[in-house]
Amino acid sequence: MKKKYCIAVTGLNAIDSPGPGIPVIRGIRDSLLFDSRIIGFAYESLEPGIYMHDVVDKTYQIPYPSSGTDSLLERLNYIHSVEKIDIIIPNFDAELYSFIKLEKTLNSMGIKLFLPTMEQFEERHKVNLPAFGKKYGIKVPFSREIFNISDIFGLTRDFTYPIVVKGKYYDAYIAYSAEQAQAYFNKIAAKWGLPIVIQEFIKGTEYNVTGLGDGKGNTIAAVAMRKQYITDKGKAWGGITIEDNDLLGITHNFLSKTKWRGGFELEMMKSSKNEYYLLEINPRIPAWIYLAVGAGQNIPEALVRLALGEEVEPYKAYTIGKMFIRYSWDMIVDIDEFQKISTVGEL
Amino acid sequence: MKISKNVSISENGFIFNPTTGESFTVNPIGVEIINFLKENKTEADIKKQLLDKYNTDSATIEKDYYDFMHMLKASNLLDTSAE
Repeated sequence: MKKKYCIAVTGLNAIDSPGPGIPVIRGIRDSLLFDSRIIGFAYESLEPGIYMHDVVDKTYQIPYPSSGTDSLLERLNYIHSVEKIDIIIPNFDAELYSFIKLEKTLNSMGIKLFLPTMEQFEERHKVNLPAFGKKYGIKVPFSREIFNISDIFGLTRDFTYPIVVKGKYYDAYIAYSAEQAQAYFNKIAAKWGLPIVIQEFIKGTEYNVTGLGDGKGNTIAAVAMRKQYITDKGKAWGGITIEDNDLLGITHNFLSKTKWRGGFELEMMKSSKNEYYLLEINPRIPAWIYLAVGAGQNIPEALVRLALGEEVEPYKAYTIGKMFIRYSWDMIVDIDEFQKISTVGEL
Repeated sequence: MKISKNVSISENGFIFNPTTGESFTVNPIGVEIINFLKENKTEADIKKQLLDKYNTDSATIEKDYYDFMHMLKASNLLDTSAE
């Protein structure tokens, strides 16, 4: 008989810029090794996953990361007293700091996580990417952080337009002039705060790799993908697995040098000279993770097993030319459900 | 000229480059030429076979062949390592 685990997952916002929660759950549900009860953690009452009852068994609202770790811990204590959670898989960059900070406390409560260390989380941060690239011998575009909109006029000392204007957690825009850069500075700063990262624009084709590191320098899984269909927010709406040994080589090198622990996504740009530049390291599973599952590497399942302390045999291959095509679907929801999650914070 | 290794082409002209993830479609004559290239046929051989098979002249074959090779190169489908 298979063992059943209670697994809590965030990122239920299956919207046009989707969180990874739903595909992570699909991977877990596909596991033949264990059964699961899925608890959704939601921040907002309109996250679609809350209402997907065949995917999520029960949802609880949790406080925003800006509320601090104490209020998050208090809420988790309550949910744990009801649900007896075995594992939490956080899927947002912005919440990772809190969960990494609480990892030991949660472990003592019997809740397992499999996250990067605080040092790994901090050093791969967009603002630290140049130092990261230098330390680990990975090519990265030149970048610097700015805190003041007036700094934009001095950028021409180090950059030529176009440049990429990035938020510290999310959002990136290509600016072709100082005026455009100013507009994007304001737009991003209002949403994600400061600093703003200014990055050299590398012309080329974007490739992504998702994978899983065991924290000892080993690659447990790695799948490379090219976006085929990109939304106006730059998100993949379709993609295909590819075979590129250079790209996978960079990934193995990244994992062995950093001893990365947990899921990740590398955003790479292949220049016209066929050189790869690392644009960003997302310290969590990406929203397109179900493509990796479909191509033969069930990364969410492997992450659960690592969190449980099991020995996991590394995946060695995946199917090349496997595609994902995302679609939207209107659910019909009774207002009673919306009312319940909005007032009681549970559904 | 050689087609990049791993590039696959179906009978109905769908080309997939697994290294870049790009896909293309070509017409039946394009399929023929790519298959000739995969069989390591020389440029002269390929042009001769096309000339024998199709009702056209060598100047047209010459022009179309170079146009097509240029397209293959621009699409990263040719193995340029031996050049």
